[in-house]
Amino acid sequence: MGARKRDWPAILLVAPAAAVFLALLVLPMIVVLVLSLGDRAEAGGYQAALTLAQYANLPARWTAFKNTLVMAPTGTLICLVIAYPLAYFLALRANPRTKLLLLILVIAPFWTSTLIRIYAWIFILGGKGIPALLANLGFDDIRLINTPFAVMVGIVYAYLPLMVFPIYVGLEKLDKRLLEASADLYATPVGSFLQVTLPLSAPGVVTGCMLVFILLMGEYLIPALLGGGKVFFVGNALVDLFLQSRNWPFGAACAVALVAIMLVTVTLYMRVTLKSGTMRDQSLI
Amino acid sequence: MRVLRSYATLVFLFLYAPIAVIVVFSFSAGHSASDFHGFSLQWYATAAGNRFVKDALVHSLIIAAASSALATVVGTAAALGLPRIRGPFRVVFDALTYVAIMVPGIVIGIATLIALVTAFEVLNPTLAALWPGDPAASPQLHMGLGSVILAHSVFATALVIMLVRARLLGMDRSLLEASSDLYATPWGTFRQVTLPMILPAVIAGFLLSFTFSLDDYVVASFVAGPTVTLPIYIFASVRRGVTPEINAIGTVVLSVSLLLLFGSLLLLRRGQRAGAATSKA
Repeated sequence: MGARKRDWPAILLVAPAAAVFLALLVLPMIVVLVLSLGDRAEAGGYQAALTLAQYANLPARWTAFKNTLVMAPTGTLICLVIAYPLAYFLALRANPRTKLLLLILVIAPFWTSTLIRIYAWIFILGGKGIPALLANLGFDDIRLINTPFAVMVGIVYAYLPLMVFPIYVGLEKLDKRLLEASADLYATPVGSFLQVTLPLSAPGVVTGCMLVFILLMGEYLIPALLGGGKVFFVGNALVDLFLQSRNWPFGAACAVALVAIMLVTVTLYMRVTLKSGTMRDQSLI
Repeated sequence: MRVLRSYATLVFLFLYAPIAVIVVFSFSAGHSASDFHGFSLQWYATAAGNRFVKDALVHSLIIAAASSALATVVGTAAALGLPRIRGPFRVVFDALTYVAIMVPGIVIGIATLIALVTAFEVLNPTLAALWPGDPAASPQLHMGLGSVILAHSVFATALVIMLVRARLLGMDRSLLEASSDLYATPWGTFRQVTLPMILPAVIAGFLLSFTFSLDDYVVASFVAGPTVTLPIYIFASVRRGVTPEINAIGTVVLSVSLLLLFGSLLLLRRGQRAGAATSKA
């Protein structure tokens, strides 16, 4: 193939997808950016302008940003603490014949009706669920639903599978001979774990944390269903601004601020993972 | 070791107990969703007879089928063309594929909503001006099935591209060379070598896109306009309170999406194994 000759068949094959991304991803993002620099019209629509007033107004939704910026990292950390031992068990200790099935069983919930699975927790944490059981044991008046605790349970429940998978992949690829070598050199099991397994599984941990953190930053459903309007994220503020109070320019500014925070995180994440060169085999399923 | 095993059991319990609760209570005869009152299928009958549920289900199925079909065709084509494209365009395209997968639904929903409303504001007067008859009677674009299909196809296209490309990377290139050495036309090589090899990934991409679309509430809530999809119906009912009817609908939805998911995982596995077998031979 000549270096300057264009490969038209290949370009034609890629063009429709490029058009989809351009029309439904790039252009919409640009429109959001333009909107965020505008003014709110009297009727609640958009009035062309070039002002940073919407951004100056961001502190009005400070609670939503604060909740998100506290609960997203906390949720990510709890997911990690719960997921790591499970991934370790599946990758290194489980029966080789059943471990793939077990892994699929961990991942399956992530792909199946998030809405229904969160709804299940309304059921379990609601008045006639666990609180009723606790009342039988003599602990009266315990409220679980519509609290930060309920939102956190929902978060861990929904995102645990997404954390387990990359850690599992990392541990699974780990060269078992390194562990044998470590044991041969009289390392204790704990020493082997701390000096061999843990550092080598770090890229998987980073990937998992970033996946969960980014998705949590945009979370809407869990606070909406389990937080009962008391615990709300930026996502809930966005729904309010776009669909209820119809203040689009301000909503656009909130969305841009949210994406900016995510982009900074992704950039840091790319730096860490590209350096260790383990991003290639990771996927979402 | 034993500690780890019991720990794993506990986590599995945490993951599956809530699902079990929904399934068990969907068979309850009682009115209250919280006390079990003997076995019954009445809530399935109620759900099946509910006109709103039926409409919402039809809308969801149309959206899921259309958006995943669109994404499968567009995404597969792109995955086939990409290896032959280099340079800055390729870098930008790859970045956009990742962005489409990673950006939370809420951002996609907002962006698509604003972009479509802006586009309609331009297009609708144009349509009215071009309409030969009474301008007031001209067709107008509005939010509905079409806008949800478009919004869902962004994530789905990126997903199909990722899956099919992974499959192509695992493919033995010498088979393609052998095929052209044996005087197969490019189309013949595609039909007889490439397509059979990537087909499992293509179908898996379709099924996963379908599952995603069927499951999505957040994106649809922004761009559906007056159209009610099944997740939108469920969300609205859940906000009004827990009912056994939702348990029945939820059980059906869970079963269908689990079936679709296991189907696609099976296909991906089989694809991998076939790839391994051919590269060994």
